Amino acid sequence: MDLQTMTYLVVGATFALYIGIAIWSRAGTTGEFYVAGAGVHPVANGMATAADWMSAASFISMAGLIAFLGYDASVYLMGWTGGYVLLALLLAPYLRKFGKFTVPEFVGDRFYSKGARLVAVICLIVASITYVIGQMKGVGVAFGRFLEVDFEVGVMVGMAIVFVYAVLGGMKGITYTQIAQYCVLIFAYTVPAVFISLNLTGNPVPQIGLGSTMSDGSGVLLLDKLDQVVTDLGFAAYTAQKGSTLNMFLLTLSLMIGTAGLPHVIIRFFTVPKVADARTSAGWALVFIAILYTTAPAVGAMARLNLIETIQTGPVGEETANIQMSDVPDWMNNWKTTGLLDWEDKNGDGRIQYYNDGNAEFAAKAESFGWTGNEMTKVDRDIMVLANPEIANLPNWVIALVAAGGLAAALSTAAGLLLAISSAISHDLLKGMIAPDISEKKELLASRIAMAGAILVAGYLGMNPPGFAAQVVALAFGLAASSIFPVLMMGIFNKNMNREGAIVGMLAGLLSTLIYIFWFKGWFFIPETNMAPNTADHWFLGISPEAFGAVGALINFVVAWAVSKVTAAPPENIQHLVEDIRVPKGASAAVEH
Amino acid sequence: MSDKSGQAYWRANLKLIMLCLAVWFVVSYLFGILLVDQLNAISIGGYQLGFWFAQQGSIYTFVVLIFFYAWRMNKLDRHFDVHED
Repeated sequence: MDLQTMTYLVVGATFALYIGIAIWSRAGTTGEFYVAGAGVHPVANGMATAADWMSAASFISMAGLIAFLGYDASVYLMGWTGGYVLLALLLAPYLRKFGKFTVPEFVGDRFYSKGARLVAVICLIVASITYVIGQMKGVGVAFGRFLEVDFEVGVMVGMAIVFVYAVLGGMKGITYTQIAQYCVLIFAYTVPAVFISLNLTGNPVPQIGLGSTMSDGSGVLLLDKLDQVVTDLGFAAYTAQKGSTLNMFLLTLSLMIGTAGLPHVIIRFFTVPKVADARTSAGWALVFIAILYTTAPAVGAMARLNLIETIQTGPVGEETANIQMSDVPDWMNNWKTTGLLDWEDKNGDGRIQYYNDGNAEFAAKAESFGWTGNEMTKVDRDIMVLANPEIANLPNWVIALVAAGGLAAALSTAAGLLLAISSAISHDLLKGMIAPDISEKKELLASRIAMAGAILVAGYLGMNPPGFAAQVVALAFGLAASSIFPVLMMGIFNKNMNREGAIVGMLAGLLSTLIYIFWFKGWFFIPETNMAPNTADHWFLGISPEAFGAVGALINFVVAWAVSKVTAAPPENIQHLVEDIRVPKGASAAVEH
Repeated sequence: MSDKSGQAYWRANLKLIMLCLAVWFVVSYLFGILLVDQLNAISIGGYQLGFWFAQQGSIYTFVVLIFFYAWRMNKLDRHFDVHED
């Protein structure tokens, strides 16, 4: 069977599965729509959370990011997993005990203020919308590359699928499809990784293979070999640190507290039956995430080594040690047509040279070899995952599986984000502020309409991404880290934190982070409006805009604490509320509301 | 632990959180970032130790930490009689 048919078959089968689940798990009440009736088993919720969390970027781009950044990419690995420790220890059990439907609802009740709830709604919607654009784009790209349909058609098919299970089933439908999507995506990710690891090291476990010796009989460790190969070509050593330590530290911290503060992740923990389940469920979520996150470094390193050795077939500098243009493997030609990979014979020797032509020290050497510039003019980082099965010579069904996996990763994250957005609109804005007396039936209808609207907006933005789409991930994490995480934490851990402190603190954290990001990336990301060049020399203490969320959070904590000291303490019933959420007993009673 | 008041439960919880967060900090920020060069002088399997903590070890530790916390908290919940059902 040819690849095209196989891909349609595999992707079609997964889509049929998602729709089947949607029909089986329709939501009948607002409780089912918002939190799946709080009856999801902690292991199942952990799996759904993992799919919710791991986006198109985690699946397609992260290994490539690691391949090119080497050690410095550790910030993403630690940052996007360490947040779950904060979630399990500091937020999830208490918010589950509180037993309501949305994150802004907790903020509004705990700080006895609709204003605080509104600020939380705004932060949530901005963070979630910016995030969902990337997922919709990911769906379109996956369709375009594997099924050869137009980008727009791809986005529309993705929207239609999400529409069916998210509008029908709400959180209940989303939860069970996310579990199926997790299985698809993790299988699709690990199968090529196992083969590539076997190929290079003889060890089928990528996590161990990365630390093993090469199976070519040389007895050299894979990582030592990689360091050697890249430095021979003028690149920085793979395992060496390139960025500043302070920036790495703060970026890791920002990503961790941003992860813990992202509403679409937090609401997943409202779906388990008990407080104790919320704690273990976070552990299960991280187990399922860690399977991919500990495999990714192996995929990145091995794919980088494979790529270089494909082009540089012998000792650097020897005339015949570079691959001839006519001999490049099929996968290189295949991916050249997609524009993700490109090369050009600059010195006209009929061979390809791939090296770091930005390295001044290496330049003289390159010149003596007769090299006149890096000839791999385009190596998109996504290639490291997308072309992996072809590089390892795996059968067509594995390639088809990678397509289905990429789609599963994008769709599951999109659905989780869309639920966070629609519940903020129907539950926080409509029921919480505009029409408190609305009946449950009408609220359920409103939540379905809000979901449909959110899907349309997300689809539109996915097809017409604002020019700043690539920049906004910093914004989503910055907002979550500087505003949502601190206000939730203070609401639980500081009984004396009051309304004034919470609101002023949130605004201080939010504005300082926004201004810092806009300062270097342009006001509202409009090109040319930045106040200073976005380079390390101009950053305050060398802190990149992406890493500023942790500083924003600190500002939030300090300002909130100072304001709460000079304003009236929270009323007594609020202090009782805090005491109540700190103990697990009585959680099942709280959900009836 | 004879004091079974809500305050004692909360103090015990905070103590446990501080302990877990100390480990969380050590494996990622200390071993993975601040002391990475020093630890890279040691090797574990075929990995340099600092690099291993940054790309593998810290993640494994995070998983263990969450289950450890959940297990200790379940015991505390029962000891202070604040567990559910």
